[in-house]
This record gives sequence, C-alpha cells and structure tokens, in this order.
Amino acid sequence: MTAHQTIQADAASKTRIMTGAEIVVQALVDQGVDTLFGYPGGAVLPIYDALFHQPKLNHVLVRHEQGATHAAEGYARSTGKPGVVLVTSGPGATNAVTGIVDALMDSIPMVVITGQVPTHLIGSDAFQEADTVGITRPCTKHNYLVKRAEDLPRIIHEAFHIATSGRPGPVVIDIPKDVQFAQAPYQGPDEVRHAHAYAPQTKGDPARIAEAVELIARAKRPIFYTGGGIINAGPRASELLREFAALTGAPVTSTLMGLGAFPAADPAWLGMVGMHGTFEANNAMHDCDVMVCLGARFDDRVTGRLDAFSPGSKKIHVDIDPSSINKNVRVEVGIIGDCASVLEDMLAAWKGRGHQPNRAALSVWWGQIDDWRARQCLRYRASDEVIKPQQAIERLYALSKDRDVYVTTEVGQHQMWAAQFFRFEEPNRWMTSGGLGTMGYGLPAAIGVQLAHPDALVVDIAGEASIQMCIQELSTAVQYGLPVKIFILNNEWMGMVRQWQQLLHGERYSHSYSSSLPDFVKLAEAYGCKGLRAERPEELDARIREMLDYDGPVVFDCRVEKAENCLPMIPSGKAHNEMILAEEVEDIGSVIDEAGRKLV
Amino acid sequence: MPTDQPGSAYDLSHADQTEHRATYAVIVDNEPGVLHRVVGLFSARGYNIESLTVAETDERLHASRITVVTSGTTEILAQIRAQLEKMVCVRDVHDVGRDPLGVERELALVKVRGAGADRVEALRVAEIFRAKVIDTTLESFIFEVSGAPSKIDKFVDLMEPLGLVEVARTGVLSIGRGAERHVKGL
Repeated sequence: MTAHQTIQADAASKTRIMTGAEIVVQALVDQGVDTLFGYPGGAVLPIYDALFHQPKLNHVLVRHEQGATHAAEGYARSTGKPGVVLVTSGPGATNAVTGIVDALMDSIPMVVITGQVPTHLIGSDAFQEADTVGITRPCTKHNYLVKRAEDLPRIIHEAFHIATSGRPGPVVIDIPKDVQFAQAPYQGPDEVRHAHAYAPQTKGDPARIAEAVELIARAKRPIFYTGGGIINAGPRASELLREFAALTGAPVTSTLMGLGAFPAADPAWLGMVGMHGTFEANNAMHDCDVMVCLGARFDDRVTGRLDAFSPGSKKIHVDIDPSSINKNVRVEVGIIGDCASVLEDMLAAWKGRGHQPNRAALSVWWGQIDDWRARQCLRYRASDEVIKPQQAIERLYALSKDRDVYVTTEVGQHQMWAAQFFRFEEPNRWMTSGGLGTMGYGLPAAIGVQLAHPDALVVDIAGEASIQMCIQELSTAVQYGLPVKIFILNNEWMGMVRQWQQLLHGERYSHSYSSSLPDFVKLAEAYGCKGLRAERPEELDARIREMLDYDGPVVFDCRVEKAENCLPMIPSGKAHNEMILAEEVEDIGSVIDEAGRKLV
Repeated sequence: MPTDQPGSAYDLSHADQTEHRATYAVIVDNEPGVLHRVVGLFSARGYNIESLTVAETDERLHASRITVVTSGTTEILAQIRAQLEKMVCVRDVHDVGRDPLGVERELALVKVRGAGADRVEALRVAEIFRAKVIDTTLESFIFEVSGAPSKIDKFVDLMEPLGLVEVARTGVLSIGRGAERHVKGL
C-alpha cells in the first residue's frame, strides 16, 4: 500500500466503530496484507465473516494449520513481506506451533492470528480451548492475548512492527471470540500508540566499523561468511555485499540460509559452508586470518567443533541481534546493526580511507583456495543403470536455470544435495527450513511462494519421507491453480537417518526404511495433479522437461540410488579441516569419537 | 571437558569456566505473562535462578521491577543479559550486583521453637541482628530480619541449633546508591 492510500484509509476509518473482527480485517488491509493463509473453526468464525466482505484480502484455505504457517514462511521469504496466518483455537493453534518455531529459528517475519474461547470461558477447559499464549510464549518473538476490543488496533499494528523490525520473527495474537464480536473504535497504523517501545538498533557503531574495515584491509587471507541476515536486510544488502567483496578481493561463502545473497556464478563464490558445505569453503574458514561474518550466527551446523573453529583468525560479526554476538564463538569486533546499513557504512569507510587490498597476499590465498577446489569435493560417480540424486538435481538445475525459478525443500539428504547442486544468483530464491529442520516445510512453502509469484517456476525439492508430512497441501495447490512442481528424490529411505545409522550406528537401520510407500503418480492423479516418474538416467531429462512445461501442479517421482550418502561431510565433533570427502567415505565411522557420537 | 555449554551442541573449552554470581534489575512492561517470559527464558536456556523477586513499581508507567540473582561464567552472564535485553517486554537490564554503588537487601521471617536457655539465646542473637519479634507464643518466636543475603544466611545458621522451625525469604532486592536513577525505562 502506498503512503497516499494509507492516509485515505486512515481518514475513512478514523472515527469508525467496528466489531473486533472487522478491526482485524481492516488492520490487515492497512498493513498492506494481500494474502493470508488459514483454516476456519468455531473460535474465528466472526473474523471469517468479516473476511467474506473484504475483497482486498486473498484468503488461502490450507488443509492443515502447519501448512498455513509454512506457506506464510514461503510467502515471506520470497517477498520480504510478513506472512500472515489465521487459525482457530485449540488444535488450530497447536497445529500451527511447528511453523511458528520454524519462523523463530530462521528469523521469518510472520503474524499469526489465533481464535480463542470467549474470555469468560478461559481457564474452564472449554471445548477447543488451549493456553495458546502460554504454549507459544517460548516460540514467538512476542505474543498477545487480547482482552478488550479497544486494544485490537494497537496490538495488530504493533505486532506487524515487532514481526518485521530488528531480527524478524513470528508474533501470535490470540483473540477470544467475544472480543471479535465486541465493538470499538478503529485506529490506523499511524494513529495507535505502541505500548512497547521496541526500537532495535539498526545502525552500526562507526568506530567498530572503522576497526573492522581496517582489519579487512590488512588481511592476507580474508573470507566473507554470510547468512540469512543478508537476505532479511533486503536486496540492497546483497548488492552491497557483491560490491564490497569485489573491492576487497575476498572469497565468499554462505550458510544454508544465506544462499543466493552472493551469486553462485561469481568466481569469488566458494559454495556453502558447514557440515555438508564444500571442502574449499570449510578449509578457507579454517585457515583464514580475518573472518567477516555478516548476518549469520555461528550455528553448530556451520562451526563444527568449536574449540578448533578457525583458530587463527580475527573475527568480525555483524548481526542485528546483540545476543548472537559472542554466543557460540568469541569475536574481536562485534557490530550490532542491519546488514545493509552496516555494509553501506563499511563500503563508505573503505572508499573514504582509500584502502586497497593486499594483492600479493590475496594471490597466494587464492592459489591455496584453487588447490582445495581442485579436490572437486562434490564429485560423484554417475551410473548408466540408476539415477544418482546429485545428477537429478544437476539436471533439474540445468533445465530450469533460464527460467524465473524459486526453490523450496523439505529436510534431509535431498535438501543438502539441493544446496550443493542448485545454484542461486539472487536472494529470496531459496526457501528451506534451516534452524528447526522441519520435514514437511517444502510443499506448503512452495504454495506460499507461488501465490506471491504467480508466473514463476516454483520447485519443491523433496524426499519421499518428508513430502508425506504435509502432502495434503497438494489439494490446496489444485484448488488455487498453483503450478508447483514437487520433485521427489525417492530412495525409499529417510536418507539422512539411514546415512547416520550407517556411519555411526553400525549399520543398524532402525525404522528408517519408508515402507508401504504410496504410488506417487497415482497419488498425484488422485489429487488432480500430474504425476510423472523417472527410473533410468536416460529418461531423466525428458521427464524433467515434461514437468517444467506442464501448466499445473506436478508430482515427480524420481527414483534414485538408494544407498547414496550425502558428502562431503564434517563428521560430528570434528573441525572444518577434518572434512571427509566421497573417496574416504569408508572411514567416517572410525573417525568420529565417542564425544562426537553424542552430538546431533 | 564440560559439555553443558548453553547455546551450542559443542563446548567452549577455551573459555574461562569460573562461575560468578550476578544480580540484575530487569525493568519490564507490567502485563500478563511477563514473569513467565523471564522465568521461561532462564529455564529454556538452562540458566540458573538463585532468587527472583517481582512487583509492580510504577503503576502510572505500567512498569515492574524484577530482581534476579543468577550465576554463570562471564560468557553466560553476558548471554543472559543480552537475551533479557532482547525481549520485547524488557525496558532495561541493570547489573546491580556489579555496580559498586549497588545495595542488596533481603527480608526473612524465621520461626524458632524452644524453651529455657535456647529461647533466651535466640532472643539475644535476634537483638544483635536487629531482628524484630513479630509473633510469640510461650514456646516460639517469629523473627523478621532484613539485610544483605549473607547476613540472613548467618542469622539462619545461628538459629539452627536454637530450634529453627521454618524460614521464609523474599529473595534479593537491589538498588543503586545516590541521588541518580540507575535504570532506564521508568
């Protein structure tokens, strides 16, 4: 919504008395919401009634509330706007919890409105009553129980402010049914007085920025380690990162959440860092002398063994969340601020002081990096008989890269292979559940992405186990004519579980085989989608083309090698420079010690 | 190597593992659930709570003051503070324990049962500690004693052999000395 429209809406609404339900709907419109994901029920019926009369809001009916939250995440991650969810009390709210935690872990802006039993019944164990604010308190950025309709305008506008500013996250608003019926004056976003003085710092301390730039300029072996914070800071942050990386001549790696912020086609791109990152990225992280962490949080999947994490480097950490700095890894220069703002100031400081990178040292550094690259850590053995999962993703990428493509994933081996083999040139193109690792994320997320980008190609790279966790959302895709492509790497195993059981638990494959799998082609057809299957390498390309060219949702059952392991890998409890490559795979079990076995 | 490092599956073996005690005054918006948020943060992240007191201190500004005594390594204490400050409902966190101008006080009610010499001795010790007798029967006293937590500890220790029955303590309250306000958000 433009400022002009907002003013008009405000003028129209200034003195209007509305019901609580109408206030909810009007506030969403005034917040610029165009799409919300929900599922009706007894305790939200008044809001659904108000929605019936509001053509500006496109309500998408999911098939399970978890689907609503992931769809909202996909919508948010691909647009930069907050995702909005509307569910009923009790089971509606509890089903939404997984997606709420997912959004908290991955810093996704989201506003979740839940119905609640009428205020006079709260605490009486009423039908479909759950203590929603109690349940969601530890898994939201903030939450509210609205006791009076008068408070609704302020709370809703404040919720959007909190969800989208600082480190983004989910905010839950629990609204009892009697509050939805009660009448109160409406106030627009600019009229309300926020009860919480929430104003996170976005501009970095200039002295620390100067110190950081000085360190980068003197670096002999610098590296940029970037994360989801760059994506959350908006497209400008990605542009600034490209410019700064070019000026400093430093290599760039990224976390799973940050893929796309730096173009994969750039020669300075090292690939992903971490447990299943590239050999060159992990070794460069280990051996660097200056690490510039931008909007990442030194997660255990990235650092590996902490006491051996990049032992010789000075570390700069830019993060909008002060509690992320010095949490897992102690840094020399911590800068609290928004990545775009800090990068802008870093660039200005670099140019202002006329810094030049140490070209001689950089050339030695790049020589070392090229040696690591020569190990070709993502190499795999192709086969004439069976499709390799890596090959499936490589072909999917090759055949879709010239389109306007967005990728979501579920969680497991396929997710890591997608991160390794699909290449992203722009931010907001890659949606995955990083922190929480939620199987079932990808299909609903793809639905959210497709709604925000109706003409784009949206692919959910899935596994046959993960896809079954939210498979019911195929029905949503069909209802709204969303042509999402579900590309299932079907190896008949919970692949990552099987891999860990093979490497760490003496090949005791306890309950990790996906028995009694449905026929995914027939399943697709039953839902009204197109079903496709590829079983041999020579039919892969033709089938992928058929999927891409089909105007409608497709479920692609790609039968792949069953026992393929996802490599390279930093074994649990090991350091970045102790990575295991594919040719050394037999040794993984033996290199992980007792302490490592206990880690996740 | 210790493996109880919060915030990570791995351990910070290079870190200083000496535990320190800290007292924070946390100024929060006075709204339902705010105490649960603060307590929940401590339990979810595995931090210690040695004592915690809370009450509304400024009705007009809807502010409450939570005084929490905790312990941890320097890194953990910094994390606790940062995690508290990050909460939407938290206006300010003041490290009153580390503040050289900070004073800490606690109030205790101590019930002692006894007769004869023990009873006389209990009353004598109470006088030394400037404890007030707020209830008495022929065989018992309830003392009200206030002061630094260590003083209360000492008083309770001394009452132990004299017939200590029961102790109720408020937990620590803390404030900075002098004319200035030391916390923001009020």
